[in-house]
Amino acid sequence: MVSNNKKPILEIRNLHANIDDKTILNGVNLTVNPGEIHAIMGRNGSGKSTLSKIIAGHPAYTITSGKIIFNGQNLEDMEPEDRARNGVFLGFQYPIEIPGVSNLEFLRVATNSRRINQGKAELDTFEFEDLVNDRLQVVQMSSEFLSRSVNEGFSGGEKKRNEILQMALLEPIVAILDETDSGLDIDALKIVASGVKKLSNPDSATILITHYQRLLNEIIPDYVHVMDEGTIRQTGGKELAIELEKSGYEWVKSELNQSIDR
Amino acid sequence: MSLSIEWVKNLPQPKGILREIQINARDSILKEGLPTKNIESWRLTNFEKLDRFFHLPHYLSSINKKASSETISAPKPNSGIRLIIKQDGHNFEDTNLPLGIQLLNNKSLEKHLNNNKYAETEKSSLQEKINHALTSQILALKISGEKVPPIELVVDCNYDSLFASKILIFIEENTKCELLLVSSGSNNSANSQLLELHIGKNAEVKHGWISIGEKNSIWLGNLSVRQEVDSNYRLTSIQSGWDLCRFEPKIIQLNGKAKTLIKSLQFSRDKQQLATHSYVRFDGAEGSLDQLQKSISSDNSHSIFNGAIEVPRVAQKTNAAQLSRNLLMSKKARIDTKPELEIIADDVRCAHGATISQLQEDELFYLKSRGISHKQATKLLLRGYCQEILNTLPVEAKRWKVLQSLLDDPKE
Repeated sequence: MVSNNKKPILEIRNLHANIDDKTILNGVNLTVNPGEIHAIMGRNGSGKSTLSKIIAGHPAYTITSGKIIFNGQNLEDMEPEDRARNGVFLGFQYPIEIPGVSNLEFLRVATNSRRINQGKAELDTFEFEDLVNDRLQVVQMSSEFLSRSVNEGFSGGEKKRNEILQMALLEPIVAILDETDSGLDIDALKIVASGVKKLSNPDSATILITHYQRLLNEIIPDYVHVMDEGTIRQTGGKELAIELEKSGYEWVKSELNQSIDR
Repeated sequence: MSLSIEWVKNLPQPKGILREIQINARDSILKEGLPTKNIESWRLTNFEKLDRFFHLPHYLSSINKKASSETISAPKPNSGIRLIIKQDGHNFEDTNLPLGIQLLNNKSLEKHLNNNKYAETEKSSLQEKINHALTSQILALKISGEKVPPIELVVDCNYDSLFASKILIFIEENTKCELLLVSSGSNNSANSQLLELHIGKNAEVKHGWISIGEKNSIWLGNLSVRQEVDSNYRLTSIQSGWDLCRFEPKIIQLNGKAKTLIKSLQFSRDKQQLATHSYVRFDGAEGSLDQLQKSISSDNSHSIFNGAIEVPRVAQKTNAAQLSRNLLMSKKARIDTKPELEIIADDVRCAHGATISQLQEDELFYLKSRGISHKQATKLLLRGYCQEILNTLPVEAKRWKVLQSLLDDPKE
């Protein structure tokens, strides 16, 4: 689905970032064009989730150098809510439970915030119900989830489906899905993957952060990146994910060492 | 001349059915004095604010009887009955009360008061004594039956004066009822209120108490509940908007083996001080208590919770839990919370906990990452925080839009 329009949606240039004076990102470079699907893999603590949170604007992290350019705008200058309204979406690895806040109201307020930015009319309660019932089908969720509190008492799979439902409503330009496949059984994985595929279009891009190749069997990425020690060590196609699954992350290191020796 | 002598002397003459209780309470106040910082339960009270209470004229001796603002209101209940307790006095003799709700006749009331007149003063807290000293009228009801329509009692203190009221309700054995009490006070008003509930064996009572003031208003609210065995009492109370608010719920399980559920929420903002001093005692075995106290404090306000639970030796197998959860919305706001458990019985379970926190950063970020502004995210989270309490109010409470406006305008 790679588009001919090669003006990047997202450009990450030599990004360094800290949390509590500890360096987490150590020079990340990544360019994402419209229509592309990227997968970022890497062992625990390699910086994958940090990268996704920094793109979304998590206040705990500080960018010490480098830039994130989204559709020509410097993301660092934007508050998290402005990033989301402009089309940045982060699917959380651990979606937050918010007791007492109705899922339906949360989804409506979020959707309207994005719609205003898109120049669309705000939806009233009834109009929104029509829209959300339509989008529920993308992730095969029952409307019963709408009346419950945000993520409260949801199973792991239901939480992840709720994330994809939000993605379906917010129609992001770049969606970063942080380990959306973790904790999913095979059926739930297929539902989530099919939802993500349905939502892909030539004008948007998806970044999948994952440990495992099994998600990439469902959603074929255009690029696979391997992160290690806060930077992208290697980039390739789907075959890189297959090799990783077979040989483990040590393989990347030894490959790199061999190429340096050569 | 000390404030207590001066204050008591200037009160209207004791009269009516409560005359003796008024006299006893006044004598007691003259002997003990009015609240001071030396009394532990009044230690944190803002006396600058409380002082206004003792300098406002009693409504009955006040010249200015013009209402100072519109009373908060709500459409009449869809089902059930509303009784409005006014400062000019109330006379419900001619009111057509639904089946199961009746005014207590004078003979029964006198008998009850005679049996209790000394207990009224001797066992009362100082705040209750202030009410006894002030009040010359009482609304006394008897409720019985399994299909009693919901009861709504509205007390409004809408004048630049001091107003006191007393309500006594007997809930008979096996009765099931919903009771909503709404107290409101306008600017420069002061309100002393006492609600006494006697809950019979195997009776179930769902009770909501919404107490909303404005600007310089003061509210000293007292609740005194006595539960018989196998009764189930569920209280949801909300206090907001008062410049000074002091709520004293006192619940006694007379022979244990009853259930008590208390859910309270106090919102303080600006320079307000809102306090709850609860007291629960088990005078028998196998009683249970589940208490959740929440507060939201913003600006320069001060929120206080003191939760006393007494489990004497007789109260074996008591199961009590108390949790105080507080949200601090500003660096200048202050929260004091203190559990006070006195447990003599050895075979009991008494859990307690207290937290003071700010809005959860991860929850705020989650909402913001969906395009929701900081203000709107705060509003959603505060509403969510309150919902746990609001959900337990009697259904008819939803008509009181004042609750909605509280939630729509949270302070950051």
